[in-house]
Amino acid sequence: MPRIGVFVCQCGNNIAATVDTKKVAEEMKNLPGVVFACDYKFMCSSPGQDMLKNAIKDNKLDGVIVSACSPHMHEKTFRKACESAGLNPYQCEITNIREQCSWVHHDKTKKAGTLKSADLTRMTIERLKKNKPLAKIKIPVKKKAIVIGGGIAGIQAALDIAEGGVDVIIVEKEPSIGGNMARLSETFPTMDCSQCILTPKMVEAELHERITLYTYSEIEKVDGYIGNFTVQIRRKSKYVDEERCTGCGECIEKCPFKVDSAFELGMTKRKVIYTPFPQSVPNVPVIDAPNCTKIQKDKCGVCAIVCGPKCIDFKMEDKIVTVEAGAIIVATGYQLMPNERFGEYGYGRIKDVISGMQFERLASASGPTGGEIKRPSDGKVPRSVVFIQCAGSRDEKKGVSYCSKVCCMYTAKHTMLYSHKVHHGQSYVFYMDIRAGGKRYEEFVRRAIEHDNAMYLRGRVSRVYERDGKVLVQGADTLSGNQVEIEADMVVLATAIISRDGADTLAQKLSIGYDKYKFYNEYHPKLKPVETVTAGIFLAGTCMGPMDIPDSVAQGSAAASKVLSLFSADEMTREPITAIVNKVTCNSCWDCLTACPYSAIERDAVKNRQGVITKWLAKVNEGVCQGCGVCVAACRSKSIDLRGYTDEQVFAAINAF
Amino acid sequence: MTEHTEQTESCGFEPKIMAFVCNWCTYAGADLAGTSRMEYRPNVRIIKLPCTGRIDPLFIIKAFENGADGVLVSGCHPGDCHYTTGNYHARRRWIGFKNLMEFTGIDMRRLHFSWVSASEAIKWVDLINGITDEIKKIGPFMEYKGLKEKASL
Repeated sequence: MPRIGVFVCQCGNNIAATVDTKKVAEEMKNLPGVVFACDYKFMCSSPGQDMLKNAIKDNKLDGVIVSACSPHMHEKTFRKACESAGLNPYQCEITNIREQCSWVHHDKTKKAGTLKSADLTRMTIERLKKNKPLAKIKIPVKKKAIVIGGGIAGIQAALDIAEGGVDVIIVEKEPSIGGNMARLSETFPTMDCSQCILTPKMVEAELHERITLYTYSEIEKVDGYIGNFTVQIRRKSKYVDEERCTGCGECIEKCPFKVDSAFELGMTKRKVIYTPFPQSVPNVPVIDAPNCTKIQKDKCGVCAIVCGPKCIDFKMEDKIVTVEAGAIIVATGYQLMPNERFGEYGYGRIKDVISGMQFERLASASGPTGGEIKRPSDGKVPRSVVFIQCAGSRDEKKGVSYCSKVCCMYTAKHTMLYSHKVHHGQSYVFYMDIRAGGKRYEEFVRRAIEHDNAMYLRGRVSRVYERDGKVLVQGADTLSGNQVEIEADMVVLATAIISRDGADTLAQKLSIGYDKYKFYNEYHPKLKPVETVTAGIFLAGTCMGPMDIPDSVAQGSAAASKVLSLFSADEMTREPITAIVNKVTCNSCWDCLTACPYSAIERDAVKNRQGVITKWLAKVNEGVCQGCGVCVAACRSKSIDLRGYTDEQVFAAINAF
Repeated sequence: MTEHTEQTESCGFEPKIMAFVCNWCTYAGADLAGTSRMEYRPNVRIIKLPCTGRIDPLFIIKAFENGADGVLVSGCHPGDCHYTTGNYHARRRWIGFKNLMEFTGIDMRRLHFSWVSASEAIKWVDLINGITDEIKKIGPFMEYKGLKEKASL
């Protein structure tokens, strides 16, 4: 006969107001197997827990029911208390009589609440009688991390992990790390040069003995689970031997073919063998195969002739590298809404309509104009520039419904840069609202308006068109109530931040969630901002949604600290709620194998004495199994059960209904 | 059956409804109804499972056998499953099982399937109230209870 103790919590008046806790406890005493029952004001308080522990010892209890709040609240607390009193923690079950009883049934006569609490407690008691002691599962952890994306968030995460003494691989799609931040000229609100603060970090990442850079590489496949991921990485062919290349740049100089530079957003040309920008890390050029005549037509090959260390190989192929890692950080960043979407703002028709990012390149000392503001059509210095904010953001019909968060700030920065570089120029900004929440952000915008003479006009632009070599911008100034028309030499659109192309495919490989804009979902928007629903995979930066550099860096560090704490022990413990196969009755129909969302079920060979395989049976990999129980319901021969939620336990609860 | 239910039955029929819910969405949604101090009919008894995909159709039969007047199965919305695809398995099983239950003559107003997310406390409240009121109208589930009594004779 089991020896069960029932503890009914009053939760002050939270439960006791609508449930007669004493009566519930008294009723439970009459049930077979219950040797102890009482009610108490606050079970979770330390005197409450002490009482629980003493009762376990005094009454030699082998099972405990706490009828209190939701198990999501205090299941851990009470299981821990039981463990410290020498009871297996999984012999403790919680009945939810607060969130799902006293708080939702307001009957002051206590009739309905008491009846329901007694029913629920009785069901849990019957269930508990079928419980079996369980032991936590221990899984070894591979102390190596993979960071997907080598932008500022990824670099920061990798540096922090490496500083913590753990090996990290950065997987970057482009030929160089640096991400979008490498494109920026200056950064708000301090106006320090983006390259000057970023490149030291890029070099530090390259030189760190614990960091390996896989540039020009993409994630092919992800298998495994927390602590034990197996990741296949496609290292796209650079056609240049990274080991031997000295980065002299002779090949780039001599290459006779030019195409539009993606890094410079089409504002200038680059060679077919190229590094995206002068400070690229690693400083190894790659050949743009679709545009290379040697690779496509077997003509040219100049780069290979001039290369001193002879490191160019036109026959090089993609390599798939398999890496085992314990944790993955996803920091894949963002891209901008394509300018082509903004026909009404003249993009495509008018050459002098550019995006904010293109303006960054114009203002950047390493950009196509060497840092001089010159308009794309004729290279003249623009005397007036119109900035249009919210191009695509906060516009559900044409673009996206969210705010891109950084545009208000970078537009203010652009007006400042413009006034510093073109002294007599006039800038105009069409805005919906100024969102400058952040340390020193509001002051920054005020500075742009007050010191740098930016003319802010609250309203939307209706039309942008060309007349006599001028760009005319028509719009509303809602503060004065007038229609305005501005003659501009250049128009800059603050285009919306959107998720990267292929963000959804990567999410599916990692089995993490994403929203309708394909931004990745954090586990909890407030309390678990860098975790995902898949244990061992963390997020950082703008792959989750628009954010600025400080936020991205902070998240990179946050994700790194999560990885380091995961790696702080050699083994990690897991809840033992996993499926288990009854080998006697399993008839190898493999329904479980196809049903399992995690591929946690394997075919296990059964050998006879001679070592000959006689049959194959299902076997659960405890490390991979997440305990969903889909296989249990799928099994035709009832040969799989789920620990903690066995058929026996569930039927016992139903029978006590 | 306990003496309680018999008492309440004498002063008007109070149906007993069994709900099989998943731990991550609907259980949390029902918790949220509590934390938000919403009110709903006290007729439902919840059995928590990790996922709706864990639900064996036999659970539902057993619930009816033990005196349930209605059964509810509820979990994460399609695409939101904590275990990525568990609720799809539940949905597919449900479609097959529903037809079988209908064939055996069970009034389908007694058997419900729904998606309630962790933030849909209101939906949970409306769902329970709706089902309870509907079953109150159609009365206790005597057919099955009768069968069970016959079997025990």
